[in-house]
Amino acid sequence: MSNELDQLRAAIEEIWEFSAANTPLDPFPIHFEIVPPGVMYEIGAYGVPGRFSHWTHGKAFHQMKTMYDYGLSKIYELIINTNPAQAFLMEGNNLTQNKLVIAHVIGHSDFFKNNAYFHHTDRQMAETAGVTAERIRAYEREHGEKVVEEFLDAVLAIQEHIDPNLRVIRKPRDPQPQGPRRSRGTEFDDLWELRKGEEPEAPGAPMRRKIPEEPEKDLLLFLLEYAPDLQDWQRDVLNIVRNEMLYFLPQMQTKIMNEGWASYWHSRILREMDLTPDEHVEFTRLHSGVLSPSPRGMSINPYYVGFKIFEDIERRWNGDLTEKERREYRERNHGAEWPHKGKGREKMLEVRELENDVSFLRNYLTSHLIEDLDMYIYRREGDEWVVVEKDWRKIRDMIVESMTNFGYPYLVVEDGDYRRARELYLKHCFDGRELDQNYALKTLRYVHQLWGRPVHLETIVDEEPTVWTYDGEKEVVEAHAAA
Amino acid sequence: MAVASISQADWSLHRKGHIDQKRHQEKIKEAIKENLHEIVSREDIILSDGKKVVKVPIRSLEQYKFRFDQNKGEGVGQGQGGTKVGDVIGRAPSEGQGQGQGQGQAGDQPGGDYYEAEVNIEELAALIFEDLGLPNLEEKRNQQLEAESVTFKDIRRTGIMSNLDKRRTIKENIKRNAKLGAARFQNVRNEDLRFKTWDPEIRHESNAVVIAMMDVSGSMGEFEKYIARSFYFWMVRFLRTKYNNVEIVFISHHTEAKIVSEEEFFTKGESGGTRVSSAYQLAYEVIQQKYAPSDWNIYPFHFSDGDNMFSDNRLCVELVKQLLEVCNLFGYGQIKQGWYPAGTLMSVYSQEIDHDKFVAVTIEDKEDVYPALRKFFAIRQPVEA
Repeated sequence: MSNELDQLRAAIEEIWEFSAANTPLDPFPIHFEIVPPGVMYEIGAYGVPGRFSHWTHGKAFHQMKTMYDYGLSKIYELIINTNPAQAFLMEGNNLTQNKLVIAHVIGHSDFFKNNAYFHHTDRQMAETAGVTAERIRAYEREHGEKVVEEFLDAVLAIQEHIDPNLRVIRKPRDPQPQGPRRSRGTEFDDLWELRKGEEPEAPGAPMRRKIPEEPEKDLLLFLLEYAPDLQDWQRDVLNIVRNEMLYFLPQMQTKIMNEGWASYWHSRILREMDLTPDEHVEFTRLHSGVLSPSPRGMSINPYYVGFKIFEDIERRWNGDLTEKERREYRERNHGAEWPHKGKGREKMLEVRELENDVSFLRNYLTSHLIEDLDMYIYRREGDEWVVVEKDWRKIRDMIVESMTNFGYPYLVVEDGDYRRARELYLKHCFDGRELDQNYALKTLRYVHQLWGRPVHLETIVDEEPTVWTYDGEKEVVEAHAAA
Repeated sequence: MAVASISQADWSLHRKGHIDQKRHQEKIKEAIKENLHEIVSREDIILSDGKKVVKVPIRSLEQYKFRFDQNKGEGVGQGQGGTKVGDVIGRAPSEGQGQGQGQGQAGDQPGGDYYEAEVNIEELAALIFEDLGLPNLEEKRNQQLEAESVTFKDIRRTGIMSNLDKRRTIKENIKRNAKLGAARFQNVRNEDLRFKTWDPEIRHESNAVVIAMMDVSGSMGEFEKYIARSFYFWMVRFLRTKYNNVEIVFISHHTEAKIVSEEEFFTKGESGGTRVSSAYQLAYEVIQQKYAPSDWNIYPFHFSDGDNMFSDNRLCVELVKQLLEVCNLFGYGQIKQGWYPAGTLMSVYSQEIDHDKFVAVTIEDKEDVYPALRKFFAIRQPVEA
């Protein structure tokens, strides 16, 4: 065993030094840990080691473990976005597998450190998660495991509805909706100024401050600040979950880029390093296993797509365009020639710094790549899934759309005092895709559990505005709604 | 330039994932319990024919979120090259397979909404009967028969020479010598010796027989037979958890009764009138001939739509009373579907028979099977008429 450890230590040093000398990568330092498969899957399921306990983590862990036991999937690489980064090597993997993983995660570590979307992530997340897990454990002891679990069930159901652009927790605002205080209130004078020119209030109707003043995308933050009946520990749990999601969101937003970047660099590093012929054969086999279309054809392989796009950027900005590409560029640009030459790496570094998956795909997934990657749109027709579209623009737009808002419907809080009864009114910003009604109604129950009063969700069904409501007793579906 | 490092810790005590997984499994169990009334009469379980593990749909374990409608099933995929519009890339398993109830649950989309848990039928049976017991359990003569057998279970360092485990002893000796540098069999010492030890196993033999009787006259349809079938399915499984040996005798009857195979019992229908007493008569004879009450726990159970020949009712009451003398429990299930007027048998029984071993249930719906089972096997609840 110590022999294996020595071999790995040598491999890590060799690859690390090679990468430092021969690539522009600028990663966080990485601490590698050798773990048995069970622990590897556990960390994969929790996202960060030491995170709080919840049965959904147990479910994810079980699924990963089952996949592994049946040989359906293998996590070869796992790295945590912290500084220093923590990477995991699986006991029982051979040296070549581990070399590939080591080179691959150096790419990830560089991406974590340099991509703009990660700039505000908590680089001590492993410690933070451990501390907050302990706090949640204490709440379980104080309030009962079941009570905490049920609260977490509700929070986790809506955990994606946060706004990563709001990084600072604003000072909690006065949670009481208030009418104007005409008698005293110089501090409100500016409010009266703002209302000038608007329709005058009906005489006698009480004025109210709108809550939220602007539609609020961050549902978790809104609940944290305004949910009327939450106890302190519940607000703390909301905040814990929200902070963890702020940490995980950049990873969800850059899956294709991040994997493409890491794959690009593991292939470059290992290709240029001295490998024995046996190692080289094994590496080639592993590499093509990672970079192949998904076997069922119903999804895309982020490693493969991201890898090809980065290679394509390098080629084009180096100036190695095909004649067809040059002609197409001239046609689109009034006869001007493609201006880029010898800037491949530079452009790649810029892209890895500034883009996320949505902009990456929108800007760099070209018609040639879509053709080359054999991408298509499929649809279910009867009992079959059939390829229905090969038009590259439609394919690109669909994949970009599916990743917008991390793949979740975009909801905002419209009114926290709906019907002046402190009911919660959410609005789905409709983009042409309808919501799953059954799921939405079930999720509204969770929102109700957190808000404590009736909750509403406005959306579009069959081109009609519709409001779904859960009032604590029954679900109501009402078409032709008006907010 | 920053550095890289490596370490290996002992993770063997790390159990977090397993602890949360256990909680997940508990939640599955809770969800199953909540849905037992539905699960109990599921066809794919009742007709599972010896399968040990069945899939049970559970509604409450799904992690609900706001999500897009999946109905269109549209998405972006990636082929191996040269894919054309119109190519079929996959086939969906046809919906509703093995469900067949015909009525969907309100608000549920077909497929996809369920979390399917794999459950062992034994575990399911244990859940169903968790707080139920066997009423009127009597000590039977056979039960005291103890069958003793010996199994070798363990290896120890001390024991009697006749139980010496030679193979293991030689192995231990070579191991010890190997540590000293010479991996040979030599210089046997006491510390090398390994002995087999054994435990006596005592099993309690006990027997139960279910006498399953069913009306197969023209008035009993598919639904009635299915209800009876799901009932017997669980009943037998329950009795098997309590007795080593459970036998079932199937008796079907219209105006005459006969012993039939399980297959015939659940599938064959006959036309004509109904004389229930013929079945009870035959049951009584079978007990006399094969299942002496001194050795057997006897559970006769009769399913009917209650539509008996009026003149036969009196004899039925007499025979039920006679059977009650020899059996642990007599169950009568009257199945009534739709608007048909209820048969007369139930009202006759409720007036004439007042015995704590007699249980009568009415089943109108698939979901009544579970409450009926509970009523039948409830621990000493006074029986409602």
